[in-house]
Amino acid sequence: MIKNGSSKSVVKLHVNGDSHEVTIRSADTLLLTLREQLGLNGAKRACENGDCGACTILINGEPMHSCLSLAIESINQPITTIEGLKASNIQETFVEKWAIQCGYCTPGFILNCHALAETEPNATDEVIEEWMQSNLCRCTGYQEIKEAVKTVLQAKTNKI
Amino acid sequence: MQDRTGTAVGKPIQRIDAVEKAAGTVRYIDDYTLPGLAHAKLVKSSYAHAKINSIDSTEAWKVPGVRAIITGKMFPYHIGPILADRPPLAIEKVRYYGEPVAIVVADHEHQAKRAAALVKVDYEPLQVVNSVRDAFQTGAPLVHENSGQYMKIISNVYPVQGTNIGSHIKIRKGDFIKTWEACTTKVKETYSFNLSDHVALETRSTRVEIKSSGKVIIHTTTQSPFTIKKVMNQFFNIELGNIIVHTTIVGGAFGGKGTVQLEPLAYLASKAIGGKMVKLNYEREEDLITAPCHIGVEATISLGTNKDGKIIAGQYTFLIDSGAYTDQAAGITRAMALDCTGPYNVPNVWCDSYCMYTNHPYATSFRGYAHPELTFAVERTMDQLAKKLSIDPIELRKMNTIQPGDTSPTQSVITANNIGDTLKCLERARELIQWDEGQRLEISNNKIRAKGISTFWKTSTTATNAQSGAILKFEADGSVNLNCAAIELGQGTKTILAQIIAERLKLEMNKIHITMEVNSSYDPHQWRTVASSTTFLAGRAVLAACDDAISQLKRTASIALKCSKEDLEVGGGRVYLKPNPDYGVQIKDIALGYQYPNGHAVEGQVVGHGKYIQRHLTPMDKETGFGKPGPWWSVGTQAIEVEWDTRDYTYKILKAVTVLDGGTIINPATATQQMRGGMYLGLSFASSEAFLFDEGGIVQNPQLRTYQIIRFGEQPVEYLVDFIESPAADGPYGARGIGEYGVIGMAGALANSLSAAAQVELNHLPLIPELIWKTKKEHLK
Repeated sequence: MIKNGSSKSVVKLHVNGDSHEVTIRSADTLLLTLREQLGLNGAKRACENGDCGACTILINGEPMHSCLSLAIESINQPITTIEGLKASNIQETFVEKWAIQCGYCTPGFILNCHALAETEPNATDEVIEEWMQSNLCRCTGYQEIKEAVKTVLQAKTNKI
Repeated sequence: MQDRTGTAVGKPIQRIDAVEKAAGTVRYIDDYTLPGLAHAKLVKSSYAHAKINSIDSTEAWKVPGVRAIITGKMFPYHIGPILADRPPLAIEKVRYYGEPVAIVVADHEHQAKRAAALVKVDYEPLQVVNSVRDAFQTGAPLVHENSGQYMKIISNVYPVQGTNIGSHIKIRKGDFIKTWEACTTKVKETYSFNLSDHVALETRSTRVEIKSSGKVIIHTTTQSPFTIKKVMNQFFNIELGNIIVHTTIVGGAFGGKGTVQLEPLAYLASKAIGGKMVKLNYEREEDLITAPCHIGVEATISLGTNKDGKIIAGQYTFLIDSGAYTDQAAGITRAMALDCTGPYNVPNVWCDSYCMYTNHPYATSFRGYAHPELTFAVERTMDQLAKKLSIDPIELRKMNTIQPGDTSPTQSVITANNIGDTLKCLERARELIQWDEGQRLEISNNKIRAKGISTFWKTSTTATNAQSGAILKFEADGSVNLNCAAIELGQGTKTILAQIIAERLKLEMNKIHITMEVNSSYDPHQWRTVASSTTFLAGRAVLAACDDAISQLKRTASIALKCSKEDLEVGGGRVYLKPNPDYGVQIKDIALGYQYPNGHAVEGQVVGHGKYIQRHLTPMDKETGFGKPGPWWSVGTQAIEVEWDTRDYTYKILKAVTVLDGGTIINPATATQQMRGGMYLGLSFASSEAFLFDEGGIVQNPQLRTYQIIRFGEQPVEYLVDFIESPAADGPYGARGIGEYGVIGMAGALANSLSAAAQVELNHLPLIPELIWKTKKEHLK
């Protein structure tokens, strides 16, 4: 379909409930495609090496590093970015718990937290730690983020 | 100091930037793109020290989309903030691994990257200066052969021609030589750590275009838009008025975005393709080592006391690893000297602070500007002195605390108005860490719990003419817009300024609008957003703007209300008669002037303006350091409790305590955020961060996978933060600076706690378990 390196192809991506046509090279990462073609800048490029989690998005509900995913691999899979998570209680909780400073890591943490709440709402501290270790924050010292994540999980289990 | 009415100051008001940040809709510089935007990528040095014989770009030009390839020949001059010693692109030789050697500009980023990899540079390796100690030896290879000829941009920088000394700052206070002989107890210890990095999550990014009118438009991640203007004017001969710098919200900075590196490179790239807009974005590896990083240090401190344990003499020698260029390290060298004693009264001081050139990545300011590094060395020495004197470490600190009436190392007089209350901080920290239950407790066969304490001070060594300006424009609905070039980089500065306005105008917070963007042509001059100085400088400017607006509101209202201005008061969105508050006018009805019933109008829009400039600061004397380099000192005490495992030398940080006297706290919630975040940054630096160099000066860990910062779960189990609020006479509502302070004492407190736990003196960073094991092994020999 796409010749390696030299040509481009039009494909469909399913992002935040809508279908979008994008033109990609085989080497284009999903991060680059979301940002430059769909204007979805909530996923950040901060290491492009899978080390920091600032580019976290959800593919089939699972948190993924969009810097390590190719756009071509993501065709026909439901993708959720921070822009698709409007006014969720997770965002409110991060604000209320003072878990945001510069904000650059925030979308990644919120999506990771969302996936955790959906997957393991009863997660223990150890499980929370294991999940959240994929994301780096340089401003907060993690205390407030930890409180926010725990509050989100509590709200989720109380509802169930 | 201003009276508080309690409308907004002192309240934990939610940050005005948090909702959009949570939504992920905030745009940082790298989030903007445009059709036709060209992309630049750097060719970087693969050696730490080498002569450039030739650069061959034949193969690179074959990549489709390449529009320009630029080398150092295009701009063979030196630039720099303090000493102009750095060519933006290397000329003749490279001085560090990762140094920019050439720029490739192409239509797409991937094309530029591909082509950059194909530029062939022929290097002739030179002997590498791989440590400050090597750099200091006579006969060491020279990183700069002609440092004596470099242009000095500001005062207080003294390069020594024919050596690797980029600057040498001296403090000579009292009679150290004579007093030292008389000391009854003496300690002398040496401390060290390598260069490290800021690791702001947002990597540096810039876009530059040159309009046919001659205007240079720069969009960039920066703490210093007006410094960029200065640099582009000074070194590139562009008229100041033609340089327009835009910045948006910044994704963390920690001092690393205070200096100017990327913008001149992108300017050269744009110039090479006829002024078209060019984007230059650092990848993480470049952001770590090509961009300026955090200093390394080797410090030797000697303290001598009289028989009562009073420190009477101190000698301080600092070798600061500034890497290949001095940048802000020359200023840090000065800052480390001027506060060298820590918050202790040392009547006789001898300090030599050297900014050393090495073949390492070059260093710039890092949150705390010399103080976290200095405090580590001073506070380790205090603990070792306490041990020698058999005095409790807190008691020794209390006995020697600097007090009003004493003088600083630069002989500035300490007064009750210009310093916080160190003794109160020490006492409160003692309670919070539960010091009196014992510094070292064996809690099981293989677990030790131990505590360490660290006291610190810092003055903000700004330019002597550092200043800020503010403009308040009223809307027809009675709300107000602030223009101020203070930059929001995560610290919450815009919220703080809004609180100060709300307090002064007695207005609701939601009536105050502050844009996050800064535009150097619309916003008044602001020195920089650095040095924990913004609440102070911009806060004072904002207060002055409020007072100006209040006087205009009263004037317009006096016409509407047919009364004297003196009888009016502003508050609650109204201007009203003091003796009869029911009689008044809504601000919204006079914000754009007062209109008479017949249609005639007077006065027009209320536009308040205000400014503030540092008062009576001076440079330091070259021989003695005498001078007044900063406006006030914030002081604090920090403490750490660790649980250390005697089997594998690993440890867990149980408690991290900060008690800070930062004057009045404008917002206790954001101040607490700042302290926790600072503690984490300091602990991460102290426990795990450092660049590792091979024998050729090549950085071995330029990635976040190998350069380890503290991750979620590794932070202290508990952060405890408290404030002592001794108001600063000059500060807005009595506030002093607090932004950097959470970092300052952490390395010292962590090293003191682990030294107590392992019962060895840990005088080097980072404090990885292997270091404790090695030190212990040495000790047992």
